[in-house]
Amino acid sequence: MKELALMKGNEAIAEAAIRAGVDGYFGYPITPQSEVMEYLTLQKPEERTGMVILQAESEIASINMLYGAAGTGKKVMTSSSSPGISLMQEGISYIAGAELPCLVVNVVRGGPGLGTIQPSQADYFQATKGGGHGDYHLIVLAPASVQEMADFVDLAFNLAFKYRNPAMILSDGLIGQMMEKVELPPQKERVTTFDQSWVTTGKTDDRERNIITSLNLDPDRQYEHNLKLQEKYKNMEQDVMFERIACDDADFLLVAYGSSARICQKVVEVARGRGKRIGLLRPQTLFPFPTREIAKLSRRVKAIMSVELSAGQMVEDVRLAVKGKVPVYHYGMMGGKIHSPDDVLHAVEEKFMGGF
Amino acid sequence: MTEEIIIAGFGGQGVLSMGKILAYSGIMQEQEVSWMPSYGPEMRGGTANVTVILSDNRVSSPVLQSYDTAILLNQQSVDKFESMVKPGGLMIYDPNGITRHPERDDIRIFQVEAAAEAARIKSPITFNMVVLGAFIRIKPVVDLENVIKGLRKSLPERHHHLIPKNEEAIKRGMEIVKEARLTA
Repeated sequence: MKELALMKGNEAIAEAAIRAGVDGYFGYPITPQSEVMEYLTLQKPEERTGMVILQAESEIASINMLYGAAGTGKKVMTSSSSPGISLMQEGISYIAGAELPCLVVNVVRGGPGLGTIQPSQADYFQATKGGGHGDYHLIVLAPASVQEMADFVDLAFNLAFKYRNPAMILSDGLIGQMMEKVELPPQKERVTTFDQSWVTTGKTDDRERNIITSLNLDPDRQYEHNLKLQEKYKNMEQDVMFERIACDDADFLLVAYGSSARICQKVVEVARGRGKRIGLLRPQTLFPFPTREIAKLSRRVKAIMSVELSAGQMVEDVRLAVKGKVPVYHYGMMGGKIHSPDDVLHAVEEKFMGGF
Repeated sequence: MTEEIIIAGFGGQGVLSMGKILAYSGIMQEQEVSWMPSYGPEMRGGTANVTVILSDNRVSSPVLQSYDTAILLNQQSVDKFESMVKPGGLMIYDPNGITRHPERDDIRIFQVEAAAEAARIKSPITFNMVVLGAFIRIKPVVDLENVIKGLRKSLPERHHHLIPKNEEAIKRGMEIVKEARLTA
């Protein structure tokens, strides 16, 4: 029997976390994602599954609690919004360096600085290119519906433990605040099924001591460590995820993720209604990025437009994939203002004019 | 079927909860639904609005610039959203407190004196249900039976004793809604 609910995206993340058998959540409130911790607290997950919910004194404390708890092999997560995620970057870099699995949710708001509380996608660079110091990447998932907000929690932990790497769900105020029908995942037992050979929960006689650190003073060892990390990031390509919408016969291609992808779906519907052959490629993972798929499509379409709530960030990765074969444009509003389907449609008509 | 609806009014009029009940009703009717509120600074300025989409297909954009139906409950909302109703679309408004009435002649305009009716049945808080009744009478995109089921899902159990009162308000709205006569 399907268990349906009408929920906000933020609430769906919280409910899915309890059901995924997450052991701990450490967070600090910030709009537009405060519902995550509000919902968790109201649900009393300490009674439902034994999950720990802790409001830390700051985002910096939360991420370091995550670092410590992740080192014990537990499934742990935090959530915040742009300025809070910036505060966490030191910790995230350490966690990536120490190769620990965990989940960080960023419900993005307009920036830079304290910015606004309205939706934005301007944290793409920060999420996909590292964000903190050093050569590292997060696994980045981009839900475009409340259903995916729920589904991507378990997926994020599976990938995080598979690669021993922090994962991020990159959402925004639009997907976080809206309500949709969601089919809730079944309740999992709060017991780990992942490899625990590396965890630091006490040395046993039959093995060497496990060490979790991001410090390697010897440059040769740090070099080896970096090679290993790079190899891991390359392997992640096998887990790339995307959705193709009306791409098969498309003359023009939109590339958009998350909230912008929803808006672009409407653009495709309207344009197709007018006989214009437009398709949409929707990355569900931003790292790994669907570079190959975009390269493949670029051999068939006349032009591509990346639509993002930013000054143009993902468009750089689209251009790298396309390698100049066809024109690649950017369209997007900034600072918390949301482009409507009409706005995008106008931009599409203007840029793809020759083809219309 | 896809119905794109904007509901707008003052904070406290039950705009968001009316949208939520409508969305739940859609789920009961096995539709795809989305509910997108204005939040943040806009809301704190005293007006609230919510976009509700009911559809037999997957819902695309939750944010829109034109609507099949606008349900407008104060002057600011009439001023802001009248022009955003699709030609041939529907507007329902409560004339209470309205000094500049809607003027378009390419859409269908209905009045529901919901504030007055809710006061008359001595249940001012069911104001939004009177409005909802008016809407499902003019555009039966969801059945009354599913609206009642939606109410049951949407209201916390401790408020379930209020459901008959809400049902009465919905039925009153269905009865009193009337086509607005435009005065030139």
